[in-house]
Order: sequence, then structure tokens, then C-alpha cells
Amino acid sequence: MENGGAARPDGLTPSETLKAGALKARLASVGYIAGDALAMALHLALRLGRPLLVEGEAGVGKTEVAKALAAVTGARLIRLQCYEGLDAASAIYEWNYQRQLLAIKAREHDESPDETEDRIFSERYLLRRPLLEAITEDEAPVLLIDEIDRADEEFEAYLLEVLSDFQVSVPELGTIRAKTVPHVILTANGTRDLSDALRRRCLYAWVEFPEPERELAILRARAPGAGDRLAGQVIRFIDALRREDLEKKPGVAETLDWVAALLDLGVESLAGDPESIRASLVCLLKTRSDRDAITPEVLARIADRAAA
Amino acid sequence: MDDASAAHPREVDPEALTARVAGFVAHLRLNDFAVGPAETATALELLAGIDGCDPREVRLGFKSLLAGRKEEWERFDDLFEAYWHGRGRLRRRSATSFRDPRSPSRSGLWLRHLPPPSAGIGERAELSGAGGEGGGDEGDDEARGRGRLVPSRRSSLARKDLRHVADPAELAEAERIAGDLARAMRHRVSRRYRNASRAPRLDLRRTVRRNLGRGGEPIDLVRRRRRDRPVRIVVLLDVSGSMEQYSRFFLQFVKGLVGSWVESDAYVFHTRLVRVTGALRDRDPVRAMSRLSLLAQGFGGGTRIAESLGVFNDRYARAALNRRSVVMILSDGYDTGDASARSMSREMRRLRGRARRIVWLNPLLGWRGYEPVARAMAAALPHVDRFAAAHTLEALAALEGELSRL
Repeated sequence: MENGGAARPDGLTPSETLKAGALKARLASVGYIAGDALAMALHLALRLGRPLLVEGEAGVGKTEVAKALAAVTGARLIRLQCYEGLDAASAIYEWNYQRQLLAIKAREHDESPDETEDRIFSERYLLRRPLLEAITEDEAPVLLIDEIDRADEEFEAYLLEVLSDFQVSVPELGTIRAKTVPHVILTANGTRDLSDALRRRCLYAWVEFPEPERELAILRARAPGAGDRLAGQVIRFIDALRREDLEKKPGVAETLDWVAALLDLGVESLAGDPESIRASLVCLLKTRSDRDAITPEVLARIADRAAA
Repeated sequence: MDDASAAHPREVDPEALTARVAGFVAHLRLNDFAVGPAETATALELLAGIDGCDPREVRLGFKSLLAGRKEEWERFDDLFEAYWHGRGRLRRRSATSFRDPRSPSRSGLWLRHLPPPSAGIGERAELSGAGGEGGGDEGDDEARGRGRLVPSRRSSLARKDLRHVADPAELAEAERIAGDLARAMRHRVSRRYRNASRAPRLDLRRTVRRNLGRGGEPIDLVRRRRRDRPVRIVVLLDVSGSMEQYSRFFLQFVKGLVGSWVESDAYVFHTRLVRVTGALRDRDPVRAMSRLSLLAQGFGGGTRIAESLGVFNDRYARAALNRRSVVMILSDGYDTGDASARSMSREMRRLRGRARRIVWLNPLLGWRGYEPVARAMAAALPHVDRFAAAHTLEALAALEGELSRL
């Protein structure tokens, strides 16, 4: 790796990082139940110091991966949310103009313009945006670059440069090199096709909706209030619902919201309480056409089968 | 990979291991993975970092390193199995993208995995049956030219040969007009900024810089405004039997559009939908046409507009469309599928939700006394921003003023 020399304290002892299974267990201990493939990808991202690109449908827990990784490694989480038109000023750095103007006004009489310039273009007047912040931390943070496919191609190219050299050059100040190499997680869900160069730079994991056993484990970890019977029914219900022809399939976050709502409504079993289920469906179905598609009959059929 | 007899990397000497891993990377490259020597080196490095004794670990590790997109991720396990265990047949990629295979030379290592040259027809039959991405990589010569002008409900098996153009001068004219249209649609406000002398936003960075010599008093103000960004054009061209007389001409029009416009994307549909941007962008006209005719199997059959739009919405729309997109549909609106007007309306509404504007060009509209009575057309109309004739070159050229105001 280019930055093999940089310190990389990841909070794990070498023997612990050796096995992907160990990482998986540690992720589970902070409430993130990862599949084997994802655990291996994360493990390698830590070992090789490479960025990890996580793709998958909305709601499969892509963003949570970074949070869980930060919790496991005890690192700070720095997040950069991408959007169309995101530019270097909001992603990397910006000068603090207000303070610069004040400093110019208040300058001493014996200071020459050159000295003033040196003073106001110093690190004191630099506003660090997420990318610069991530490479200047003393301890390697987890850098989450969320929804990279929403940003423009130009930004992607710039990001590629930062990710391969881990340095940023500020014309007025010179090049700022990384003290530590952050653990970078990028997420995407197919708004735009990403460049081959970026894909080659990153390790890759495709995340599916969790299979019922894994979702049950997630539910146990994140919503311990739900009894075994309700949890099992909810998992079967969600599984059946995802098989319906929906525009927006409910994700893991939706499942957790729904369970919280059911517990709040005092529902202990999906059987025989169609009113509460109907009322709480707002947690799961988020477009009008999806609400229309799940008619009371369809709902009753799915609920009965899940409760059986 | 539950097999204990798996090729275990640490049992072989380093050189053989390197060769074997390099062979695996070459095997993936041949299957259109974007991998090269750099990945081989990382793969070897990676073996030290995981439990090399466990084939499952090795597979997951390699998968994360060597697969770079969803399709590759899904195909990886089979390819891994085929190479390291010699099990299963090696499948060539089904032309979802049209990248040229970079290494045509075939090394002996995996030669035995290749299907015999005659294989592949069955595979493609299955592909087209699945309403998939289109033709395969090598052509079958079956029934060339048969099935023209048969507006049947089934996809006609024969391919039309698109190489025989009608009137070269007219086709060139169509391409030129398309280029003009594309340029007319150039501008659309974006969120990026550029310097401008009269603009509402101050560029503080440059203002501070310029006024340093005056004690920082911001006298010269530097302003900036949103930079124009080009619209993105997505064309859906109907090449069914009822559009027979127009489709070749329109194809040239679409080619002109795609060729002169970076942010454009083209699809053709009849009973299924195929992305043709790659083929249309090919600089070698002969190769472009042969790629197209491979894709165009079934040209001239019936039309399933609603279903084709559905496929587009499900599979491509999210990546192909954004709020700067103009969707241009070139079709006569005759649907031979069983799709009800309701599903047409539903698909058009979904399309509407993703695109900025929808323009429907209908060659029949130019005919005297034409009424959009076709059920599908009538259902689609409420969702269309602009419904225009496109039966002559003049009609197309007249669109320019219209589209420049988008």
C-alpha cells in the first residue's frame, strides 16, 4: 500500500484481526449482525488499508456498517454525505473568510502585506471539511462517504486522488499529508454507475436484505423488548412482504421501526389484531402505490401465514 | 467450497502459487472482470492476511477484492468454483456491457473450461427468453433475414440486417439534425458555480485574495453564479413491426444524438428492451452495425410498450435518469401485448417521477386525421409533456425550438 509507513492503530490486537470470524463476533457485540461475506470484506479493508465500497438496496444497513466499525475499533466516525453539486469547498476545506477579513482589519501597522497574507492563510483560518478532517486526525477514524453515486463525476475523480495518496494540497498552504490512514467506507445504491477506476481502488461488498435467521438475530440484538413469538412472526411477515411487488421494499430499519410501533401499541401477536397492524403499516410502506397494493385481504393473508 | 480437497495455496511452492493466482485473475478478466496484475499482487498479499487453509475464507476474500460490481459479485462463486475445482462450465458473460475483451489470447490453463465453439446458442435462447440484455457474443447464422414484417406477438427469431441503409444522404441528414437538437438542449441550471461579473453570489475566497493589497477592504467584489450543466437525454426507440418504415431512419437519428451528446443513453424496444448506447457509440461503423444487428434480434415483431417501459423502470431508470433528464420516446403507441391501459399509465407515471420531462415523438401524428386512439397511446398521453410529430425531417427539425426551451 502507498501509505504502508503511516501508523494504523485500529484498536485490535494482531491475533484478533487475523480472522474475519473474530471481527464478525465483535460487530455482533455492538449490535451489528454482518453476513460472512461482508465481515470478510471489512476484515480485509482493515488489514490491507483499502477503502471498502458497500452496495445494496436502500435499507439493508450500509450506513450502519460504518457506525458499527467505528464502535468496534473505538475510532471516531466522520461522515460525508454526498449530493449532486458537492464540491471541494464543502468536502475538503474552505477558508474562514469572515475571520480572515477581521484579521486584515485588525492587522498591526508594522506588518507588511506579505506577512498579513502568511498569517491569514495559515491553518488557524482553515475550515476543515470531512475529507481533510479525516486525514489529519491523530487516531485513524472511520470515514463514511455516504451515497457516493449522488455526487458528480468530477468529485469522484477528486476523491479517487485523495483515496490513493491520502494527501490534500491547499494552494496557499502546501500539501497536507495524512498522519493516519482512515478506514474508508463508501456506500452506493445505483443512482449512477461508478467509474471503473474507483471500483478498482476499493474492496467491494454487495449487501442483500438479511435472510430470516440473520434478521431475527438483528431483531434480538436491536429490539430485545419483542418476545420470541412476536419476533418470529414479524420476521416471517417482513419476508413475505418483501416478496410482494413493491416499489420500495421495507429495509432492516423499517423492520425495527415497525417492531417498536407494535410494542408501543401493545401488540403481542400478529394473529387477531388486524387493526393495529393496519395502523402501524406506515412504518413499512412508504409510497402511496405500495399502500394501495397491500389491500386488507393481502394483509390478512400475509399476517395469518406469519402467525401460523 | 466445502470440499476438503480444495487447491490449497500454501501446499504449493510460491512460484506455482503466483502462477495459479495470476491464472485465476486472467480467467476473471476473460469473463469481463476489470482486473489486472495489480489485483494479482494484492490477492497474493491477501492470502497472508486470511486463513489460507480455509477455501471458504479464500473465496470470500478474493470475492471482496476481485469483484467490483453487483453482476461480478453474483457470478464470482461459479467462476471461482470452475477455476479452482475445475467444476461446472465456464460461462461467458452475457453482453450486458460492450467492453472489448482485452486479452483475446487464450492460455492453456483454462482452455478446458471453455465451451466448445458450437455451444452458446442454447444459452442465448435462454437469455432472450428471460427478456434480458440482448444478444450474445458470437452470432448464430440461423434464419438471417427471415421474419421481416411479421407483427407477431412472439419475438421473431430472425435478425434484421441493419447494414443496408435506405438513402445515405437522407440518413446523414437525420444524423445532422439529431446533432443540432442535442446542442439545442444543452443547458440546464446546475448547482456548481463559476465566476460572473453580474451574479447574486459573492465568491469570498477570491474577493479576499484580490483585496489583500488594499488592507482587506472588499472593494472589488468577485461574484459567481451557477454553472450551466447539460441535460441528459435518454431515448427509447420503438423498433417493432408497426414502426418498420421509420425505425431505420430513427435509429440513425438516435445515433446522431448519442454520438454528439456525452450525457445520452439509448434503448430500443419491441417485445423486450435492449440498451444500445455502447453499440451506437462504436466509432467503427461496420462493427457498430454488426453489434446492433446482434442486439436487434426480433426487430420487426410485435410491441409491448408497457412491459418494455416496466423493464426500463425496474432495471435501468435509477442509474439512467436524474432530475436533469429528458426522456424521448419514439413510438407509434401500438401495443400488441396484453398490457392494459392501466399498466401503461402506471409505468408512465413511474417514468414521470424520475425524469424532468417526457417527450413523445409519434410518426403517425403527422398523418392527416390521426387521432391517438391506440389504447396505450391514449393512456400515456396525460403523462407526456410534449407530444409531437416525427414523420419527416422537417418535423424533427421543428423540434429544435421546442426542445431548447426545456
